[in-house]
Amino acid sequence: MKTRYSFGGDEHIFVEVDEEMSLDAFFKALSITNAVAEKKIAGVTEICPANASFQVKFDPDVIAPEAMLDELKSLESAAEDAPKRMTTRIIEVPVYYQDPWTHETLMRFRERHQDPSGTDLDYAARINGFSSADEFIVAHHSNPWFVSMVGFVSGLPFLYQLVERERQLQVPKYLRPRTDTPKLTVGYGGCFGCIYSVRGAGGYQMFGITPMPIFDPTQKISYMRDFMVFFKPGDIVKWDPIDRAEHDRIEAAVQDGSWTPKIAEVDFDLAAFNADVNGTNAQLMEALRGA
Amino acid sequence: MALEILHPGLLTTVQDLGRPGYFHLGIPIGGAMDRLALIAANRLVGNDEGAAGLEAVFMGPKIAFRADTVIAVCGADMPIKLDDEEMPGWTAFAVKAGQTLSFDFLKGGARIYIAVAGGIDTPLALGSRSTYPIGALGGVDGRAVAAGDVLPIGASAGAREGVSVPEAMRRTPGSPAQLRVLPGLYWHRITEESQANFFADEWKVAPEADRMGYRFRGGRPLDFVPREPPFGAGSDPSNIVDGCYPYGSIQVPGGTEPIVLHRDAVSGGGYFMIGTVISADMDLIGQLQPHMAVSFEEVDMAGALAARAERTALIDQIRAATS
Repeated sequence: MKTRYSFGGDEHIFVEVDEEMSLDAFFKALSITNAVAEKKIAGVTEICPANASFQVKFDPDVIAPEAMLDELKSLESAAEDAPKRMTTRIIEVPVYYQDPWTHETLMRFRERHQDPSGTDLDYAARINGFSSADEFIVAHHSNPWFVSMVGFVSGLPFLYQLVERERQLQVPKYLRPRTDTPKLTVGYGGCFGCIYSVRGAGGYQMFGITPMPIFDPTQKISYMRDFMVFFKPGDIVKWDPIDRAEHDRIEAAVQDGSWTPKIAEVDFDLAAFNADVNGTNAQLMEALRGA
Repeated sequence: MALEILHPGLLTTVQDLGRPGYFHLGIPIGGAMDRLALIAANRLVGNDEGAAGLEAVFMGPKIAFRADTVIAVCGADMPIKLDDEEMPGWTAFAVKAGQTLSFDFLKGGARIYIAVAGGIDTPLALGSRSTYPIGALGGVDGRAVAAGDVLPIGASAGAREGVSVPEAMRRTPGSPAQLRVLPGLYWHRITEESQANFFADEWKVAPEADRMGYRFRGGRPLDFVPREPPFGAGSDPSNIVDGCYPYGSIQVPGGTEPIVLHRDAVSGGGYFMIGTVISADMDLIGQLQPHMAVSFEEVDMAGALAARAERTALIDQIRAATS
């Protein structure tokens, strides 16, 4: 890992902790951004952690760009040694794979796709060496995922698979981005999953849809009354495959306030995870059983 | 006190100076594209500089006033009419209850800002009234104004009609518009020749130009320095591991058409960026129309800060002229 600092105009510093994605880079970026927040540096207006990088927005009339850069560099070495663990939560997110809404959309934008002859799931299965979409779906939901960034638009979570790099599923983005994606599409691009929080443009492959809203500007949905954005970096997600009937039942129950996601508090320790991926994942998922 | 939208124009939204502090969740700062114009309009009618006004792009709205007030219109060059009488831009003027404000065709620039004494008083969302339609936040139920909307107006601190911003203080883009850029971010990913071409070429604003970002075309495509794709970045040479995007940053998907992110920016994504339009020139982008010629001019940090100081000095002049 080699940290690279660059000014984004006169109001931002962009810090690439590593060119490639890893949980080590994620934890280092998060540690530095936490340290920046704790230090309450006058002039800092936004602190944005990302997958393997982060960005700080500042007011150069309050703190000079070079002084801001020095502050960040001084926090980097301490963050290097910070323990890479956190108390967080695991959330079970229902997914209706191969749903009719993303299917209609992927057919509509087929000419922008690498393989116009099949579906996004067929394509993802084939290039990852699975014999069928169903097999790929099992691989997709059998291990938990880690929210390594929140952003793009309106609280969209980027999710990173909690498996060794050799087992990571990887799928390119569409050749040209779509102008439409159904709300709550479960998508995939590069090595990242996502949930589209709102309807809109997008370039990720589309695998299914969740009936669980994750952004609610009206703050009426029971589990988003405190804040309109559900996810935060460090959250862990377990996909739960559901069928159409269950999708419709949950969707209605969200509206009448009788459904909330299954959530359990867990500790995540990167060293323990690296030492025993399957054991750590089994423990994480076990925590949901009691929730 | 209230005003009624009789016709919304093309896209008219309530905007103030934005909602900082939520970019880490993908909720952008938003607010007036041309902040200087909104500040000037607010100053003219005796408002706080950050009061909410209406931003209209390319085409003005038609508005009926339900009480006597003072208003000002700043920004783009678009003839202003109060009932049938032409009114001056960048100038505070009185409006009587029952009168109608409308506009003729745009003559220059892109966006007008309408300030009303007391400010638009729609509800705050995350500390701002700015409309962010993608997230359904701010404005009127999170959307642009529509015919029939009645917008509440706050209490006026007292406004004097007839005050004007002198012409020399009205900042507009030149032709070609010059946007100053601090190279950086992933600048090293393109060849030296492409770096030179980017600044040498004349670009044109593409039709895909909105509050989220402005796209440009017409310059030569950028050539990349060869690399082994880093894990997680994606195979295209313009891909990076999804990271944060600065406001004003210039991403170039596939190396062909630069996109400058603006006030309603997406907060991050997987395209490399070659630099950032400096803070002082962001207002100017808000006044660019599709097909207008643009050139990018390289500056260093000292140049960026000097330009920022110049813009601040200009706002100070406007403050003096309107107090």
